[in-house]
Amino acid sequence: MDFFLEVSLVGLAIGGVYALVAVGYVLVYRTTHVINFAHGNMMMFGAYFYFTFAELLGLHWTISIVLTVIAAAGLGAGIERVALRPLLGRPAISIVMVTVGIASILHGAAQLIWTAGDFFLPPIFPDLPIVIDEMYIPANTGYGFLVALGAIGGFLLLFRFTRSGVAMRATASDQIAATTMGINVPAMFSLTWVYASITAALAGVVVGSITTLNPSMGLIGLSVLAVVILGGMDSVIGAVAAGLIVGWIEALTGFYIGGAFKDVVPFVVLLAILIVRPHGLFGTPEIERL
Amino acid sequence: MAPLLEVQGLSLAFGGVQALDNVSLDVEEGSITAVIGPNGAGKTSLFNTISGFYRPQTGRILLEGTDITHRPPPKRAALGLARTFQNIALFRGMTVLDNIKLGQHVHMKTGLLAAGLYLGWAQREEIALREEIEHDVIDFLEIDHIRNAPVAALPYGLQKRVELARALAMKPRLLLLDEPVAGMNREETEDMARFILDVREERGITVLLVEHDMDVVMDISDHVAVLNFGREIGAGSPAAVRDMPAVIEAYLGHADAEADMPGASGAS
Repeated sequence: MDFFLEVSLVGLAIGGVYALVAVGYVLVYRTTHVINFAHGNMMMFGAYFYFTFAELLGLHWTISIVLTVIAAAGLGAGIERVALRPLLGRPAISIVMVTVGIASILHGAAQLIWTAGDFFLPPIFPDLPIVIDEMYIPANTGYGFLVALGAIGGFLLLFRFTRSGVAMRATASDQIAATTMGINVPAMFSLTWVYASITAALAGVVVGSITTLNPSMGLIGLSVLAVVILGGMDSVIGAVAAGLIVGWIEALTGFYIGGAFKDVVPFVVLLAILIVRPHGLFGTPEIERL
Repeated sequence: MAPLLEVQGLSLAFGGVQALDNVSLDVEEGSITAVIGPNGAGKTSLFNTISGFYRPQTGRILLEGTDITHRPPPKRAALGLARTFQNIALFRGMTVLDNIKLGQHVHMKTGLLAAGLYLGWAQREEIALREEIEHDVIDFLEIDHIRNAPVAALPYGLQKRVELARALAMKPRLLLLDEPVAGMNREETEDMARFILDVREERGITVLLVEHDMDVVMDISDHVAVLNFGREIGAGSPAAVRDMPAVIEAYLGHADAEADMPGASGAS
């Protein structure tokens, strides 16, 4: 029984990181109705940004994080401005295909810039595992969970209470009405990509701290896409809940059934849930069914 | 004095369909001007062109003498143009107050970053605007009791009123109302007509509206323009327009019919 709790806690902690990645998908989808297939690789780039500042340039980790966030914001804004703005008003599927292309470009660029080798991110978190009532949670996972939780909470507050957040929600709700209110809709799209890129970068730093850093790290993004679909494409709360659920199921499967099934069982659960609720746990029903 | 809004020779075609054909219209400052016409006459096309959703092939639109024909909608909003929609376009999932506050978006001077971080001056600006909303919009339109309700849960008539409130929060010079009383019951219609008159009397806002309810149009308008098949077929005071043969023909199909429209209600 103690093992069950311990495994569950570790699973939920990893689930928190999934949730942070998932929230990035949801941000973009809500405002622009685009599934961003480049999100995983934007996350990978974020991890490399941190690696560059903290390891290659040897800066303090706090400064490195700030610089990573700024660089990620620039990356998001740049992608939106160069590749997506010209497609404004085109069918969503065209834009989705462009994000697939961006994913390839980022993957190739990472290999060119940082080579294809494996790196370790310099440690941010303390080495000692977190101990709760004799249950051990690996330090990186535990602290990563806290970072993810903080970042998600921060963005939720931003959406709820700031003018730009409200304007973004308005844009997501009704673009015609938003533009009539004097909201600059293209600027809101840009801001959406900036926010999504920042969540991706933070997730990248956390994931990079838990595993190793290489250009294929972005593939995690694709498995998190399943989390997003489970939660409902347009629901931040759904992304968080689904992230925790998938992390938890993965950990339990890995422990009780065996590591080989770890990646399979969550998808079986996903399929089962989608049969009952095609729009995900918290999604809006009229959304395209996936 | 020049009219507040001048529409000059506007033509708009979608493929082979001529939605607007050389339409001109002046809206005098402080007036309530109505655009009427049978379904498909081009009323909403005219509205959408004035708000900037459609680009006309020819013609100009001037607001207070400024040519706005090629300005995007947010710029027009900043110049004092506000509108409501035929099918309510509120931000569903938000409360009444959030919706109304979004109307003031255009007057917020604070930049994106400062507002995002909610710095001190952004906060002061917000508080000042909040007080304006309380008095000029919420009390004015008598929607104090529903301020925290999610808009999707409100009855139709109140949703329309919230949409008007959001437009008023923009502090417009010219308010475009696309069928403000469509689908309302008698009581809701009377309330809305009274509010439109108050908007002009107390707030000095010029109103341009499209409406099918002829009782309302004839009661509150100073000036009426009639469209049919994209052309203006008549304009003048409500009483004058009512008796124009071309207008009667547009509504009834032939000129010798009894002129019971457009004088009776529900001529749509």
